[in-house]
Amino acid sequence: MSIIEINNLHFSYTKDEEILKGINLIFDEKSTAIIGQNGAGKTTFVKLLKGLLKPTWGDVIIDGKNTKEYTVANLAPTIGLVFQNPNDQIFKNNVLSEVMFGPLNIGMDESKAKDSALKALKMVGLEEKINDNPYDLTLSERKLISIASIVAMNTKIIILDEPTIAQDYISKEKIKDIILKLKSQGKLVITITHDMDFVAETFERTLVFCEGRVLLDGKTDYVFMQDEELKKAHLEPPYAAQLCRKLNSDKIYITVEEFIKANKR
Amino acid sequence: MDKIVVENLKYKYPLTDKLVLNDISFKIEKGQFIGIIGQNGAGKSTLCQAITGLVPLFFKGAYGGRVLVDGIEVAKSNISDISLKVGMVFQNPFTQVTGSKLTVYEEVAFGLENIGLNREEMKNRIDEALNLLGIYRFKDRNPFDLSGGQMQRLAIAGIIAMQPDVIILDEPTSQLDPQGSEEVFKAVWDLKKRGITIIMVEHKMEKIAEYSDKVLLMHDGKVIDFDTPEKIFSRDDLMQYGVIEPAYTRICKAFDIKDSGLYPVTLDRACEMVVKYNEHN
Repeated sequence: MSIIEINNLHFSYTKDEEILKGINLIFDEKSTAIIGQNGAGKTTFVKLLKGLLKPTWGDVIIDGKNTKEYTVANLAPTIGLVFQNPNDQIFKNNVLSEVMFGPLNIGMDESKAKDSALKALKMVGLEEKINDNPYDLTLSERKLISIASIVAMNTKIIILDEPTIAQDYISKEKIKDIILKLKSQGKLVITITHDMDFVAETFERTLVFCEGRVLLDGKTDYVFMQDEELKKAHLEPPYAAQLCRKLNSDKIYITVEEFIKANKR
Repeated sequence: MDKIVVENLKYKYPLTDKLVLNDISFKIEKGQFIGIIGQNGAGKSTLCQAITGLVPLFFKGAYGGRVLVDGIEVAKSNISDISLKVGMVFQNPFTQVTGSKLTVYEEVAFGLENIGLNREEMKNRIDEALNLLGIYRFKDRNPFDLSGGQMQRLAIAGIIAMQPDVIILDEPTSQLDPQGSEEVFKAVWDLKKRGITIIMVEHKMEKIAEYSDKVLLMHDGKVIDFDTPEKIFSRDDLMQYGVIEPAYTRICKAFDIKDSGLYPVTLDRACEMVVKYNEHN
């Protein structure tokens, strides 16, 4: 069964401007990246998945539940969203209670919530900072706290809105590992990002949003070979692919590692 | 003449034991584009704040050494004087936007009103800054109704309008899409061409390599190296400092494609050198 089903989804905040203009999609367990320009409708789309916004027209069905018929609280045990700006999400005065808040709210008891929170904090590498005030930590660490808070809820679907913002190379690798680990646990991970190399290295499927529509949908390497459409969406392929193009190579590699492996004699 | 001189700078935040800046010295010439790289926690943002004078004039703590801008020692000056010379764009635009202005236009006017500029000059500068960052069409919008990327450009516009000699940008493109990010780099490049000194903290190594005259590599409060992008990214110990080379450099390192001991750091140069390498092999 598909985990998420989107049928003819339309959405507008105001009467005169439609943000999403008829989206049909099915999500299975493939880890999926959503890319597109600022303002393409990516964040609005994931807020609709989460049930924070309801469709103006059409349906969003999450694990068999139509979001129109369920509250955000009803959907919370199934779908978690890590906000773009961790400061919009974090409000407790210590890291552990911040990460325990979600699990407690979806009905886990104290000890299970703590256990789950500690596991999630370990996964993001913050197990030594559980007693710190989140606002004494760096933006990058707060981003990891916000990821841990959602991971701890153990939802079937996890959405990350620009997880790599303000992250250095090491933290980015860590986030990549977290996504791969979640995927191996059978979770559906959907991620909005502007980092094309991160997409190429991490996700099986990629969706390109452009002006409220899905312009491209497919395996990540396929998507990054569609130069014309990418240009239309004002996106560039990953750096390795750009080098392949410039060298007029027959074969396009989308990651540095693939490029090196294929060309090493 | 050196625009910025940092001499044996040491700094510790109040109530902490660790030196976040540990004996830092370097010089920046007028009109250079300097990239600062290093892993999170290396001291990059604190160093920026020390150049603006926020450290130690606003953030107290233990401070040693000197930072000079145009020969004036910032620690002995005051923030309002330094702000005429050095503008800083913070990492998170929410920190920068005042919250007291109802439109994008007024937000950009805020700094200018504070320095008592006449109305005509203000209007010219605001229009120019908004156009340069491509956000003129949002001029009547509430700053908090902008997307993350648009707000980041607004924060930059507010600083550009002040026309400082030095602009420091702390990860200015982290929330922008590839096109928006390129627009910011181009806008900053235009400022450099006008003789403005640029200091930018950035994790996008491909961009740093493309635009910087020199790169300052920091680790654990210290300067590890300060040199051209080619020299910095040709080092073989970058991983030790939590930094990775641009994608093009990584590819060329794997095949040992170099010229006079240096690996290419930009797409064009990498392409050129790969073609030459293929001809000879």
